[in-house]
Amino acid sequence: MEPDGTLAIETHGLKKHFGETKAVDGVDLRVRAGTVYGVLGPNGAGKTTTIRMLATLIDPTEGSATVLGHDVVARADAVRSSVSLTGQFASVDEELTGHENLVLLGLLLGFRRKDAGVRADELLEAFGLAEASDRLVSTYSGGMRRRLDIAASIVVTPDLLFLDEPTTGLDPRSRNQVWDIVRVLVAAGTTVLLTTQYLEEADQLADRIAIIDHGRIIAEGTSAELKASVGAGVLRVCVGDAARRAEAADLVATVLGVPVELESDPAALSARGADPERVPGALTALSAAGVVVTEFALAPPSLDEVFLALTGHAADTTDTTDPDAGEVAGGAPQEDAA
Amino acid sequence: MTTTTPEPTATVAPPIADATLRAALSSTARPPRPSGLAASTAFAWRALLKIKHVPMQLFDVSAFPIMFVLLFTYLFGGALAGSTGDYLQQLLPAIVVMNVSFITMYTGMAINSDIHKGVFDRFRSLPIWRPAVLVGMLMADSLRYLMAAVVMLVVGIVLGFRPDGGPIGVVAAVGMLLVFAFSLSWVWTAMGLRLKTPESVMQMSMTVLFPLTFASNVFVDPDTMPGWVQAFVANNPITHVATASRELMHGAVDSPALLWVLGWSLGLVLVFAPLTMRAYHAER
Repeated sequence: MEPDGTLAIETHGLKKHFGETKAVDGVDLRVRAGTVYGVLGPNGAGKTTTIRMLATLIDPTEGSATVLGHDVVARADAVRSSVSLTGQFASVDEELTGHENLVLLGLLLGFRRKDAGVRADELLEAFGLAEASDRLVSTYSGGMRRRLDIAASIVVTPDLLFLDEPTTGLDPRSRNQVWDIVRVLVAAGTTVLLTTQYLEEADQLADRIAIIDHGRIIAEGTSAELKASVGAGVLRVCVGDAARRAEAADLVATVLGVPVELESDPAALSARGADPERVPGALTALSAAGVVVTEFALAPPSLDEVFLALTGHAADTTDTTDPDAGEVAGGAPQEDAA
Repeated sequence: MTTTTPEPTATVAPPIADATLRAALSSTARPPRPSGLAASTAFAWRALLKIKHVPMQLFDVSAFPIMFVLLFTYLFGGALAGSTGDYLQQLLPAIVVMNVSFITMYTGMAINSDIHKGVFDRFRSLPIWRPAVLVGMLMADSLRYLMAAVVMLVVGIVLGFRPDGGPIGVVAAVGMLLVFAFSLSWVWTAMGLRLKTPESVMQMSMTVLFPLTFASNVFVDPDTMPGWVQAFVANNPITHVATASRELMHGAVDSPALLWVLGWSLGLVLVFAPLTMRAYHAER
């Protein structure tokens, strides 16, 4: 990792322990200004806790963190002046309307009432929420809440925006909208730190990605670097005649040079870690042997596979030793452990 | 979704217009930080909006006070003071105190259910005067306290309450009561931030408020009580507030009760505001 340019975030040995649980256990991050940095990991990996420390909501147990040149503990106020946070669970007020939410934020940021109203209208318009402006947020769909949430984060354009799992639970269309918003924000010069459980999301948005597990970073790099490190994912083949599956498995194994698994579907087989350059050869071989193929798909590596490759264990969210598996449960569940 | 366009997701133009969004992003300079008062007022506005959206919240500052005045006047009046009219002159300035003190409890419950919502993460990450969130809530609650007091006074006057101190005395008494209620509220905010559920906040505050409001001089003259109860009553802040309220409303300030009330108010804020802020800070 050789970042050039200014660092928006720099952490050294950042730790957060809640009693016995080590939610974050020594995280070193270097995020260049003007980029999108993705923190990828399963539930309970320590993503939210990391963001909460960087956004000055909680103090680190150990280690240090500098955000936009300010220490998050000693100069928390300076950090707050230049960052915005969009929490994992909508950080908007459900009992107010969309317009009232944004006016409130405007007032709290120092706008006068009239200017806050104008700014709220402008943002609601830009985020496609003008029609829902005077409805209570509790009546909004998940995608609308997310957009309002992000709108609330940019009432004043922040230098750095924290997005904690911005698309978890959203339908594909809302997810694409959020991605579009993030791209526009970055084009306008905002640095974004986003956490996600989805490799595709990190792939789509992030310039660099850190993979985090059990409170530690287990891999860091660009999307291409990480993908190269875990191989090409899975080739899945279904044959037309289940009786010829064994023959097909032999052919695929020979061409790809990787072990082939027979799936529970009697016509299906899959090969992990297939070199994409050799994959077309497998189809040719099957075709030459006269094996009828009904499905032939090379899937990109999933988060599970990245994890499997990097840690030797699956990204198991039900792991009971998980430090902050509570991340799934509510807005700020770690408090209970604190 | 707001739009009903049936096109497939991949190709449809999202309602997020790049150009509008870019314009929205480029059009703002950061205004100067709001003052503590401005931030508090914004939070008070937030609390009032919630009342506007769910007006049923005002039940506890309208229906209950009316019930209290009616019940206690007609149940006890004849027995304690010979007539309900005579009793009301002494009861009303004090029962306003009792009721408003009781209502302060809801402040703690409201904070307890509010604080765990995601929006508080956002509030905490803003560069504002930190106590503003709580001060704003208390400002809005003071308006609710005022409502309860006014409702009870109106009912009292209809029933025959005639304050000798005139409007000025009544306004002074209500003003003093609001100062005390605001100060007392900090006890519940500290509790609301420490306890797990609104129910436990209610139980705790009831446990404190019941003896405090009943073992006072609100309903009866403490002369007939056993000595140890009298000792409690004489040093109970509610007694001081009730006495000061009677004196102000009837235009005869002749005891140090008012000073006691100011002392209690100051003391409560000095102790419980920092405790509240520490709990708010630790709420993470």
